Amino acid sequence: MAILKSLIKKEALHIIRDKRTMVITLLMPLILLILFGFAISTEVNDVRIVAVTNQHNDMTRNILQRISSNSYFTFQGLVSPTEVDSLLRIGYTDAALFLKTDNGKISSQIIVDASNTNMAQTVTGYIQGILNDSSASNALTYTLYNPQMKSAYNFVPGILGMIFILICAIMTSVSIVREKETGTMDLLLISPIKPSTIILGKLIPYFLLSCLILATMLLMAYTLLGLPVSASIVSVVLVTLLYITLSLSIGLLVSTIVDTQLTALIVSAVMFMLPVIMLSGMIFPVDNMPIALQWISSIIPARWYIEAMRKLMIQQLEINHIAKEAAILSLMTAVLLIAAIRKFQLSAR
Amino acid sequence: MNPAIEISGITKRYGSLVALDNVSFSVDRGEMFGLIGPDGSGKSSLYKILATLMSPDEGTASICGLDSVKDYRQLRSMIGYMPEKFSLYQDLSVEENLNFFAALFGVSIKDNYDLIAPVFSQLERFPHRKAGALSGGMKQKLALSCALIHKPEILLLDEPTTGVDAVSRSEFWDMLSTLKKNGITILVSTSYMDEATRCERIAMINKGKILDVNTPDRLISTLNENLFNASATEMFSLLSRLRSMPEVIDCYTFGATLHVVGSKEFNPDSVIASLSASGLHEVKIYPAKGDIEDLFIKLTRNG
Amino acid sequence: MANNVEKVISVKNLTKRFGNFTAVDHISFDVSKGEIFGFLGANGAGKTTAMRMLCGLSRPSDGDGQVAGCDIISQSEMIKTRIGYMSQKFSLYANLTVEENLRLFATIYGMTDSRIKTAADNIFQELGMENLRRSYVKDIPVGWRQKLAFATATIHRPEVVFLDEPTGGVDPVTRRKFWELIYKASSDGMTVFVTTHYLDEAEYCNRISIMVDGKISALDSPAALKEKYHASTIDEVFRIVANDAKRNE
Repeated sequence: MAILKSLIKKEALHIIRDKRTMVITLLMPLILLILFGFAISTEVNDVRIVAVTNQHNDMTRNILQRISSNSYFTFQGLVSPTEVDSLLRIGYTDAALFLKTDNGKISSQIIVDASNTNMAQTVTGYIQGILNDSSASNALTYTLYNPQMKSAYNFVPGILGMIFILICAIMTSVSIVREKETGTMDLLLISPIKPSTIILGKLIPYFLLSCLILATMLLMAYTLLGLPVSASIVSVVLVTLLYITLSLSIGLLVSTIVDTQLTALIVSAVMFMLPVIMLSGMIFPVDNMPIALQWISSIIPARWYIEAMRKLMIQQLEINHIAKEAAILSLMTAVLLIAAIRKFQLSAR
Repeated sequence: MNPAIEISGITKRYGSLVALDNVSFSVDRGEMFGLIGPDGSGKSSLYKILATLMSPDEGTASICGLDSVKDYRQLRSMIGYMPEKFSLYQDLSVEENLNFFAALFGVSIKDNYDLIAPVFSQLERFPHRKAGALSGGMKQKLALSCALIHKPEILLLDEPTTGVDAVSRSEFWDMLSTLKKNGITILVSTSYMDEATRCERIAMINKGKILDVNTPDRLISTLNENLFNASATEMFSLLSRLRSMPEVIDCYTFGATLHVVGSKEFNPDSVIASLSASGLHEVKIYPAKGDIEDLFIKLTRNG
Repeated sequence: MANNVEKVISVKNLTKRFGNFTAVDHISFDVSKGEIFGFLGANGAGKTTAMRMLCGLSRPSDGDGQVAGCDIISQSEMIKTRIGYMSQKFSLYANLTVEENLRLFATIYGMTDSRIKTAADNIFQELGMENLRRSYVKDIPVGWRQKLAFATATIHRPEVVFLDEPTGGVDPVTRRKFWELIYKASSDGMTVFVTTHYLDEAEYCNRISIMVDGKISALDSPAALKEKYHASTIDEVFRIVANDAKRNE
């Protein structure tokens, strides 16, 4: 126990003395949250829209009323069907809504300037929301848990998924490999302490650091971003702790395979960071991916973590709704941790 | 009583490269044993095997009667190892490094202070300086203190003096002599041939093979060559002229003079005459006493 | 200058301070063309700092000097094109072939393709490395690697070459072969400025200086120094001179 304590103390000194890394580690989550939460917004504001009707009646008036009172739209008035094409072309307007009243029923058509695909998609979504609402037929699920479709907290799970890979996997693997490079690992190995103690001495400090970051992130998400606090917060912490353990195992595994700090960095970044950003559903929805990529995404731990977090944080579901994700993450953790420890012990002998 | 270290038939390969080729020798308890050979001769691989960090492909190494592969756990607390690059935590202070290594072995600095005192005393004045900010000689002393902190029976020092200046090197060897007096067996490697004479016995190693094992004096006596010093005002031309002579087996620089290995036909007087006639000035040739370096050159020439 | 010997390095009161620590303390010396100048000193005596100033990598706090005809303060960039540098720590790229290494460094020094080709052909012929041209540097023996590193450092025919512990950890045979290269370069008129911890190698120098605590404590030919200190080897001289060191770091 005393040995473990001195290992942890030494690692803590390394972390604290490396001021630059320390600052980056603590600031990065904050910057990412602010960046994704506010600056990089996928929300679309001030969409200019015109409308075309064949009949002006209560129903169409109701719909147009809703559009012009919606803060996302600037309603530019009614136009004739022949004008629409040129208005879109010269960039006078972003979208045109065709409303056709037939036997007291309204059918609609939306024409959007899709040179900005992101905007086009969002606008379509907004209008559909308004149309559906007015006919009161059915509610769309995606607006249920995030009625204003705010992207700010949609990104919180993704950022968490990325940060912990970064801190746990990259920092752990680099710190172990650094000791291999400088030769101090040899000295640890020839001392009578068990390889498992060495592993714990490496994992615990980064685990604690991750907990600190988790606390900061959650505090920010629930205050600054206004994520609603609910009972699910306990589950959020539990699942994140599981994910942190998993990321640490990845870091350990990487460190047993590579020999230089630089390779450790590249392997962790390319093999783990990029997939997290591209394939985990953090930015691009998994359902929209080609089937092959969907398969690949299912072996990326971050995908399951982000899904679980979305359910817990945004949909505010109970923990029993994420049984599948939790099971997959647990299994992955177990496999990776066992593989990493085995591999480490082999290299230690 | 078992010898301190018994190495028999050790071979280690990295792919097609044979780092150690059927290496055998033994080190007695309390002995100061030198492993002399250049970079890349296999010294470090042998050290890793003895430090239980690596298994040999063939052969066995036993330390104090314990097998380096099977009994590695027991062995680890009996060995003090100082790897080739002095391994310390550069961002930790002198005191923190020492405390850490003491904790690793479950000892306190006080327990074995007497042992490290001769090495550590010079470092005590700046306990809070970072290891990375120490000079080469000081770093080396800290690394030795860390390797000694658990009072090992056997000290494995892999090139402890590389890149260290002559004065610090000599101080370092004095410290090793003190440690030897405390009964510690020391296996030390070096690429400085002149350090060999500070060992009781040495093994000369090159390209993974042990060339010879003996006391420095006996090894030098096996040199048995017709060795001469040669000098002239024009040293470089002297070297090339001598080399072109049929009665010269080898000629190489040796400090201020050249060493000439002559065949039986080598006659100093006639060589001086012919060299002077060819325009060299102040030519001197006189018998030389060989040392370990001459022996190494001889052994590698024949190998 | 009074004497007719061309001076390739000439420094006066060269000083470097880091805060209140004086690493190099008013050193003055000259090195003549074609001379082999041994620059000795204990670890931390200030050798590396002094050498960095001579190479134009570090600006002196005080004093001045010329290297290869350039002022070390105002023409530090020009110095770099006129000197060669080789160190034990870094010399060549292991993952490039022998020829690629040569070409790379020649290009860095602004040599034209045709000049590189002639220079490379000459080097390979002189060193007898024709058959190793296309081998990776990591695959060739250490002796060849050293020769190549030296050839690379001098491919642009610099007036002076700085060698920082060029033979550390190298076996006695290879070390000697390396010194023969130095002899040859010097007899071709190149000035060689070399540091080493092998004091037998210091005997091969025309003159040596011994730095202690940032100052030059001894400077003369090996024979003269041995006479002055009543010593039989430079090793003894070094011990006598360096033992006065006050600085422990």
